[in-house]
Amino acid sequence: MQLSREALLGAYRRMKVIREFEERLHVEIQTGEIAGFTHLYCGQEAVAVGVCDHLSVDDKIVSTHRGHGHCLAKGCDVNGMMKEIWGSREGLCKGKGGSMHIADLDQGMLGANGIVGAGAPIAVGAAISLKIDGQGKVAITFSGDGACNQGTTFEAMNMAVVTKAPCIFVFENNHYSEHTGFEYSVGTAKDIASRAEAFGMKVWRGDGTDFFSVYETMREVLDYVRAGNGPAAVEFDTERFFGHFEGDPQRYRGKGELERIRETRDCLKRFRESVTGAKLLTDADLDAIDAEVMDTIEAAVEAARAADRPTPQDVLTDVYISY
Amino acid sequence: MARMMYRDAVVSTIAEEMERDPSVVMLGEDIVGGMGTPGGPEAIGGIWSTSTGLFGKFGADRVIDTPISESAIIGAAAGLALSGKRPIAELMFADFIGVSLDQIWNQLAKFRYMFGGKSRCPAVIRMAYGAGYNAAAQHSQSVHQILTGMPGLKVVMPSTPADVKGLLRTAIRDDDPVIFLEHKALYGMKGEVPDDPDFTIPYGHARLARAGQDVTIISSGLLLGFCEAVADKLAAEGIGCDVIDLRTTSPLDEETILDSVEVTGRVVVVDEAPPRCGLAGDICALIANKAFASLKAPPEAVTPPHTPIPFARELESAYLPSADKIEAAVRKTLSWR
Ligand SMILES: Cc1ncc(C[n+]2csc(CCOP(=O)(O)OP(=O)(O)O)c2C)c(N)n1
Repeated sequence: MQLSREALLGAYRRMKVIREFEERLHVEIQTGEIAGFTHLYCGQEAVAVGVCDHLSVDDKIVSTHRGHGHCLAKGCDVNGMMKEIWGSREGLCKGKGGSMHIADLDQGMLGANGIVGAGAPIAVGAAISLKIDGQGKVAITFSGDGACNQGTTFEAMNMAVVTKAPCIFVFENNHYSEHTGFEYSVGTAKDIASRAEAFGMKVWRGDGTDFFSVYETMREVLDYVRAGNGPAAVEFDTERFFGHFEGDPQRYRGKGELERIRETRDCLKRFRESVTGAKLLTDADLDAIDAEVMDTIEAAVEAARAADRPTPQDVLTDVYISY
Repeated sequence: MARMMYRDAVVSTIAEEMERDPSVVMLGEDIVGGMGTPGGPEAIGGIWSTSTGLFGKFGADRVIDTPISESAIIGAAAGLALSGKRPIAELMFADFIGVSLDQIWNQLAKFRYMFGGKSRCPAVIRMAYGAGYNAAAQHSQSVHQILTGMPGLKVVMPSTPADVKGLLRTAIRDDDPVIFLEHKALYGMKGEVPDDPDFTIPYGHARLARAGQDVTIISSGLLLGFCEAVADKLAAEGIGCDVIDLRTTSPLDEETILDSVEVTGRVVVVDEAPPRCGLAGDICALIANKAFASLKAPPEAVTPPHTPIPFARELESAYLPSADKIEAAVRKTLSWR
């Protein structure tokens, strides 16, 4: 654990922003103000932050339908995101995309995605582009345990190997794809990483509920890929604290499962315990961040509520031609 | 007659046909849900609740929960169909056809023709389509435009629970591949459904939802309800509209369309798919070609604009054809002589 005090505070802050952003959305969605489908990332914060803390804006990421955490970790603006989810024309995508399609190319964030498995080949393309540029940058694709069953993911892994693209496949195994368990949908395979191994990639595995496990593992993965060894894959074992989408009654969960994972597998709790236990930070340090983050989120919600709504004419903008 | 929801008409028809014919099997993502998880063998029964209870009745050999692998789902349906089964594959959202397009377009649809008529391919591919949920560009599309353009496929778009029952039963008993499009905003719609276990509706037979002699309005799915509301409103002013529910876009019931236009001389086609190379244009061309002499006004098409589907509530409602836009189009046809 060689992180500076600043880096530790920053990592905690970013995880906390994701957590509160989502906990707040969970509440706000009940009011009916937010339209569409929303998939919350809560529980998986250590993965997004532990991965993206190593990246610069010139490194690219491609996200999933559960994209808020990846967006925030990669540097997307909290207010711009909140406004987008609210459907405002001031949102990051002018209210055209919503929760599932947030993108910010200036931050190297090539988009959340409504199509499961669609991100992996896009990341391979981005990685090939970065390889051509020769600056040692990488492209990362996040995929769930469900997405790893798509042909696009398999094709992308093979193409990355063939082209030696600096692409990293980050598999977030939260044990469910929608309502179907990982043990069923991934079949007899013992995990996802072994699939990447079969394509000839070097793979890593880490505990996705432990920021330090993610962070240290990613350091190794990135050293390997930035050195020009071609693609790599890493699987993080993690948990999702809410349903597949907001409104999911979660009948597929075991009895007491949610309480248990919140109690024992909460990456924010684990972070706090480990840094205070090692006397790197105090509870007061972290409490101060908590308070500041709550204010940030409150301000973002207020700004989203007050932001300009789109007008009917906006339907016809940003398309090359409309009839 | 039983009163039931559109979604229940789907489940009950599948259940009845699976009961009747052991070769009927179902497959799709999360159609069981909860497999291999603490929540038990059937936790979901499909995200639209269109397979609820089927797993308990028919078991894992006939109700097959699949991974998220649309190519494999459609391809497996093709293989099942070529091997003597009658698969019903569920694609969840119609937008996901993109992932499995080759299996639909180059395989399933073409077997019978390419194999010189030696094989039939009795597969039903069900999917939920349409806007109305602010689900944005990748989860709201109407795909009948693309699929209707593919030779080898029958394309069905029921607008009422009774039509679900009659058209789905026909699809399951059909020896050819059928695309069965369920509008996601209609799943909760209630209506009377005939009890007769052999009630079927043949393809290529449109339904006259309203009758009148002044203007013909042609539509299907969610927008059909808007057209009916416009017809009811105009009836109060003494303007009579034929509202035609297409039911199937392939085959297309040309006769009902042309018979109506020959009487009214005016037509408005209302479609949820984008305007270019689409159903509305196709039907306008048909009318221009075969009923030109009867026309008193140019055929009108009411469709969304040629853009992807936006997310925000205000944008989605501006995108979708509304009752107001349909009414304006009807009045425009009436403004000619
Ligand atoms: C091509 C495609 N098929 C199906 C879906 C519906 N869908 C959305 S998310 C999801 C589950 C994804 O599971 P996983 O990859 O494990 O990610 P997680 O939800 O666990 O983050 C499914 C089936 C989709 N959006 N796109």
